[in-house]
Amino acid sequence: MSNAAPAIPLAAAGEVGGDFFRERSADSQPCQAKTNVLFCFGWAKDNIGEYVSPAIQHVELVAISVVAGFAIAFALALLAHRHAWLRPPLLGATGVLYTIPSIAFFFLLLPITGFGRDSAVIALSAYTLQIIYRNTMAGLTNVPPSVKEAARGMGLTERQILWRVELPLATPEIVAGLRIATVSTVALATLAVFIGAGGLGEPIYEFITFKTNIIIAGGLAIAIAVCFDAILLWAQRRSTPWRRAAAQ
Amino acid sequence: MAKGGGAVSAPVLPPLPLASFQAAIEFIFTPQSSNVTGGAKVGGLEQVLELTLTQLEVTFLALALALAVALPIGLYLGHRGVGEALAIGLGNAGRAIPELALIAFMAAAIGVGLLNVTIALAILGIPPLLTNAFVGIRQVDRASVDAARGMGMSELEVLAKVEVPLAVPTLMTGVRTATINIVATATIAPLAGVLTLGDFIINRNVYGDDGVLAGAILVALLALALELSLAGLQRALTSKGLKVSTA
Repeated sequence: MSNAAPAIPLAAAGEVGGDFFRERSADSQPCQAKTNVLFCFGWAKDNIGEYVSPAIQHVELVAISVVAGFAIAFALALLAHRHAWLRPPLLGATGVLYTIPSIAFFFLLLPITGFGRDSAVIALSAYTLQIIYRNTMAGLTNVPPSVKEAARGMGLTERQILWRVELPLATPEIVAGLRIATVSTVALATLAVFIGAGGLGEPIYEFITFKTNIIIAGGLAIAIAVCFDAILLWAQRRSTPWRRAAAQ
Repeated sequence: MAKGGGAVSAPVLPPLPLASFQAAIEFIFTPQSSNVTGGAKVGGLEQVLELTLTQLEVTFLALALALAVALPIGLYLGHRGVGEALAIGLGNAGRAIPELALIAFMAAAIGVGLLNVTIALAILGIPPLLTNAFVGIRQVDRASVDAARGMGMSELEVLAKVEVPLAVPTLMTGVRTATINIVATATIAPLAGVLTLGDFIINRNVYGDDGVLAGAILVALLALALELSLAGLQRALTSKGLKVSTA
């Protein structure tokens, strides 16, 4: 029943973690052997450098997946905006991709793309499609018909209306979708370790019984999510200056 | 795929498949030999059924716990129209919780077992349930609520007979999101000692690549089946009057 139970004697922790968890403390009993300690500050200070490269890998994984997901979902939304008959099948198809758990999706790709980053990126970007697609469609649908009418009256072509009127007005909703997709992907990317794509899941999985390690890696993942979120919010504010003007 | 330029590109042989769908399907239906269990066979319909039931059990337990916590709070806050920052903020913050870190931390800090996994999974379900309960109730037309009060309904009756039925679509969106999150994360529950279908995926050395692929297929089907059932449930719960008006 409990072959996955963390029954590893923590006294031997120095060996279990291998190079990654080398013991530098001169104490007779290293902190990671004390199961009742929630967070070993000394160990964290000595080993924080080990988390830099998994964190960078994590950021890359998320950035590639979200950019790819956005490109596809945005294109699909523009298509569906022009051809209404595409909407139900696209909503259904992206819904299926959203529902399949990422960890299952990684391994469904095993016979096709194998272990490594490719499978992780495909599964993670497939997950973001529904969120970005729905929000883009909602943003485009919510543009008041009178605004489009006015633009038409000023002599804009349909293409100009889309790029100069509809999409700018839909930007807040599009970015809202992008933020949800990005934050969720940062969290989900911790599972990419199982398909061999690295990221912050790697240190977590490598030494899964050591609380300090889990808190550092999990905390970094949350921090990355918060940073991405703040950057997207800032970009949205920069790209829609009229909203600030209207609020004044 | 094939890097390296030049006009003459050598034919690239396809990489050896790590697993095939055919072998994975075989793994699901008939037990296979494993190279680490010392002769004991792994896989097969019996084990698949056992692991599926455990995954469903822990999913429903966690969903029930999340509902018991989130629904009363969300409905109350929505009805009173207070606590928007809490209800919306928690929903946003919940998305940032890294699943692997959550399960690993619960196992390391509190211990392994069904109860602890249920609590960890419920934590993932609470944010979408709370946010959608709040938003669903808030979105109900104030005129309908005033009319109900004018007819002499008590506050509880207003909530139960007017606000909740009108909020069913949004409430069910929350239930569906929570269920998808929970069943997906229940896949890594074997890390905390609860053997779900994810065991096929995580313990690759026991089940082999065919077992891993079989696990992925089963988890995907289970999630899709749950989602379809909940969509059906939503249709059944939505009041007939609402269906006519949206058609």
